[in-house]
Formats: sequence, C-alpha cells, structure tokens
Amino acid sequence: MVKTMKWLKRNSEVIIIPFIYILIAGLQRAGILNNYIIQVIMLGGINIIMTESLNLVNGLTGQNSIGHAGFMAVGAYVSALFSKVIFNAGGLPPTSQTLVFLLATLMGGIAAAIFGYLIGTPTLRLKGDYLAIVTLGFGEVIRSIIRITPPVGAARGMTGIPKLANLFWVYLFVILAIYVCRNFMDSSYGRACMAIRDNEIAADTMGINTAKYKIIAFVTSAFLAGVAGSMYAHTLRYLHPDVFGYTKSTDFLVYLYAGGVGSISGSILGAFTLTALPEVLRFMKEWRLVIYGGLLVVIILFRPVGMFGGNEFSFLKLKTGGIKSVGFSDLFKRKRHQELSNKEGIQ
Amino acid sequence: MEKFIQLLVYGLQLGSIYALLAIGYTMVFGIIRMINMAHGDFLMMGAYAAFFIVSLIFRDQMIGPAVALLVILASAGITGMIGVGVERVAYKPLRNRPKISSMIAAIGVSLFTQNFFRAIPFIGPNPRTFPKLMKDVLFFIGPIQFSLVRIVVIILSVIIMAILYFFVMKTTMGMEMRAVSCDKDASSLMGIDVDRTISTTFFIGAGLAAISGAFYANSYPVLTVTMGATLGNKAFIAAVIGGIGDIRGAMLGGFIMGIIEIMISSVYSELAYGISFVFLIIILLMKPEGLLGKPMVEKV
Repeated sequence: MVKTMKWLKRNSEVIIIPFIYILIAGLQRAGILNNYIIQVIMLGGINIIMTESLNLVNGLTGQNSIGHAGFMAVGAYVSALFSKVIFNAGGLPPTSQTLVFLLATLMGGIAAAIFGYLIGTPTLRLKGDYLAIVTLGFGEVIRSIIRITPPVGAARGMTGIPKLANLFWVYLFVILAIYVCRNFMDSSYGRACMAIRDNEIAADTMGINTAKYKIIAFVTSAFLAGVAGSMYAHTLRYLHPDVFGYTKSTDFLVYLYAGGVGSISGSILGAFTLTALPEVLRFMKEWRLVIYGGLLVVIILFRPVGMFGGNEFSFLKLKTGGIKSVGFSDLFKRKRHQELSNKEGIQ
Repeated sequence: MEKFIQLLVYGLQLGSIYALLAIGYTMVFGIIRMINMAHGDFLMMGAYAAFFIVSLIFRDQMIGPAVALLVILASAGITGMIGVGVERVAYKPLRNRPKISSMIAAIGVSLFTQNFFRAIPFIGPNPRTFPKLMKDVLFFIGPIQFSLVRIVVIILSVIIMAILYFFVMKTTMGMEMRAVSCDKDASSLMGIDVDRTISTTFFIGAGLAAISGAFYANSYPVLTVTMGATLGNKAFIAAVIGGIGDIRGAMLGGFIMGIIEIMISSVYSELAYGISFVFLIIILLMKPEGLLGKPMVEKV
C-alpha cells in the first residue's frame, strides 16, 4: 500500500491526466460547458499539438521554422481526402469510422513528415534567418498549390468532411504528443538536438551528426503538425487554403514564445491561454485583437523567457533535469557573439 | 511583343512599389539584423495618412502634381515618425536579445496596428477609396498605351532610390549607418550615436514604405487595414532575392518581383503569389545570400 502511494506520488500523471478529462467531460455532460466552449477547448488542444511540434524545431534544436502551418495544411488536406473521398466515412458504422479516422490521421502525419523530409534535407544547411525564410516560403507555396487543386476544393475550400474528431480523441492525441515530445527531449536524440541549439560547431566537433539530428527533429515535428492538421480537419469539417497562411504560422510562434520556448509546459500553457484569450475578450468586440497584440509585445518586452520561463510541471520533469540544466539561460545570451561575428554591412 | 512591353511597363510600376518597400526591410535588417514583420503596416499607415490629408484638407479635389508630391512627402514624414516611435518602444529594449524575440515583437506590433486601425471609429474595417491625386493622361507610342501617372511613379521611385543611394554612400549620416551595420560596438567607440543612427534608419525605412503606399493607393485605389501584409511579404521576398542587407539588391529584387508577378498574372492569376515563393526558394538554395549579397562567413 505504502509502495503504491509512493509510486503514485512519483507518477502523478497517471491520476492527473484522466482526472482532467473526466472533469471536462463531466462538466460537458452536466451542461455547464456548452458546445462552443468545448470547441474552443478542442482548438486549444490542437494548438497545443502544433506548439509542441514547433517547440521541437525552434525550442529544442534552435532552428527557426516560421511556416509550420504548411505542414498542418498537408496533414489536414491529406487526412480529409482520405476520410471523405477514399472511404466516405460519413456513412460508415461508428467502429469503422474510428478506424478510418485513426488511419487518416496516420496518413496525414506521414504525408506531412514526407514533406518535412523533402523540405528539410536541402534547407537545413541554411543558417538562421535563411531557413526561416525558406520555411515561410514553403508554407505559402503549399497554400498556393492547394488553391489551384480542384479535387480538394481549390480556392472555394473543402466542405463535407465527416466529423470524426471529438473531445476524447483530441485529448488523447494531445497527451500522446506531449508524451512523444517529452521522451524525445529526454532521449539521446533530444540531447543531441540541444547541443546543436547551444553551439552547433561545438556539437559537430563532439561527433554529433548535426544534419541528421536536425532532420530527425524536423521530420518528427512535421509529423506531429500533420496529426494536428487531421484533428483540425475532422473537428471543423471545413478547410480553406487561406486559413493555413502565414498568419496561422505566426500564431504558433506567438504561442510558443509567449508561453516559454524550450519547455513543454510553457508550450501547453501558451497555446491554451492564448487560444482562449481572444474568446474571453470577445465582449470587447473589435478591441480584443488590439489588446491581444499589445499584450504580446508586453510579454516579449518584460518577460523574455515567456510566461512559464522554461519551467516544467512537476510531472513533466525530465530525468536530465529539464531544459534549464542544458544552458537554457544561454539560449538568450548566446546570440550576442554571433551578432558580433556577422560582420556584413549595408552597401 | 507589344503585349510584352505593355506588361513590362506595368511590371516596372509594381516593381518600383515593391522596391521602395523592400529597401526598408533591407536597411532595418542590415543595421539591426532583424526581420521587421511590421514593415508592411507602415505602407498601410502611409496610404491612410495621404488619404486623410487629401480628404480633410483638399476635400478630394484634384490637386495637381506639385501639391500631390507635397502630400506624399508629408505622409512619409508622419509615418517615419511613427516608425521611430515603434522602434523606441518595442524594438530597442530587445536589441541584444535573440533575433527571434524581436521578430515576435514585430508580429505583435503588426497585430496591434492593424487591429487598432480597424477598431478606431474614423478608419474602421470598411475599405476606403483613395481619391485621384492628379489628372491622368493616356498616350500611345505605337500600339502601346502609356499612362502619365504610371510613368511618373516609376521615374519618381528611381529618383528617390538614387537620392537614397547617394545619401548612404556619400554623406556622414550614411557612413555612420554603414559603420553601425558593420559593427555596433566599434562604431559607438568611434563616437557614433548608435541610437540616433538606428532611429534615422527606421525613419527612412518607414518613410519610403509610406511613399510606396501612396503610389500603390494611387494605382490600386482601395485602402484596407490589411493591405500591408501581403505587399509586405512580397517586398520581403524581393529583399531576400536581391540579397538582404544590400540596398541595390532590394531595388533589383523589387523590380524582378514586380515584373515576374505581372507576367505570371497575365497567364494565370492564381499562380502569381506561389510562383514568387518558388522563385525565392530556388534562389535561396542556389545562392543563399541573394543575387547581390555577399556570403556570410561564420566564425567561432
């Protein structure tokens, strides 16, 4: 008995995770949370998966991806094509619907991962800003291609996607994504990525195959983004190419950096609060996004490490001691000498 | 052939707008190594400033070329001051932090300005029609149609760029700018006021964005609060294609972008935006530093 208690204390997530779900689902059943709030919670969950995925590239490996909505678009469209056109899941019995949904999500993730590999291989040798620009370009190219592809609705958008995702599935995939990210960060892969982030040349010297680990992080991240895209498609049931534009990508960046880059808990918190914030501010009508933008600047100015500042919830603590032990504070200092060494001027 | 030359004229005009906007991106990047995501919004502010000056003072009359030029310069001055203010409040405290945080701050500024303009009652979310500043004259050389305003826009942009190039290369202020972009600490040891130099850069960048905004509004006379976002993106691509940090590169990139976009739109309009990004990715993979840029050497 004492042993069980001790074990539970060490692994508190076994209780916390089902408890949160039962709480939300119970409140929904009791009619306290209406469908609108549940929808916001589900979108919050999808944004958590996206932010976690972005964290693998931007926070863990120190590469700047600013076009992540492109991977989400690939995942969303491929999975929607799968469940709507190939299987026509709307008319199937519930059990096979679930199977189709899982398969479609897997397909969406794999398709996004393939794109991640294709984009990552040539571009990850570009440094810093240039990589950011290429990922931005990739996102926009994907959007333009979708806009002129009639089978997925072209510029009109894709309608009639069966509603296969619900609170349970989104919650489950959020948990899985967090689990994958935590274990990735805690593995030798994760440590290699952190070494690349903190000093690429030093990491190279220590025998880390930087190109390989960058691509592993990038492909994993793209896979998660594809999964999030599938959730998105099967929650909202309508996809429009312009939704996945550059604004969407910057949304995730904002969630990540406002929440606290490099930390899983920070990404969760940032994604969830900033998804909910515009909805909470809805009573202010057109001023709500003004406040949202202003708040973002204030957070970056006065709390540069983000709301959660690189801390982790206790049940997400890594064995390695988390991001702080691997020079988290350096993440905010190390650019100094890089800046000084980039001597190139206006001409 | 006639069609080609006709499109070339349109392309040059659009290109001059992109080039003016791209110069701002490239100068800000050159001096503080930051991608100013809010730069497109300066274009929007400039266009609105010109709109309000014309509609409040001149009551939407045709005002002729000389006064129109004054109006554009005035709006450039106003927007330039806003640009300096934005830099002081939002970017200056972030100067020694990683570039990505100033980029996030810029995204915040962009969100804030667009929605602020949408929220204040006398601008509002509805598109405005930009008044005609001067009477347009159409004339033909052979089968090709020319519009006087179009030609004036192209020539004015080229003159402005020439002045700017002279300013950066020949004056003390310009030399200070080049020094700061080369090494901030060393130039401050040499007695250069770094803060003032960066403010000047922002003033010029925002002012040029405002001028391009007025030019844009003159030929595509619909003002919306989000007009800066797409144009800003394209100008940014232009700056990167030309080689970011290099003013001549921004001009070249701007004209290339404008011409490509017009040529492709004439074939298939849906493709124009995507193709410009494909072009960007190809350039970046072949020559990451851009057409005129010098390769960055990484030192330990």
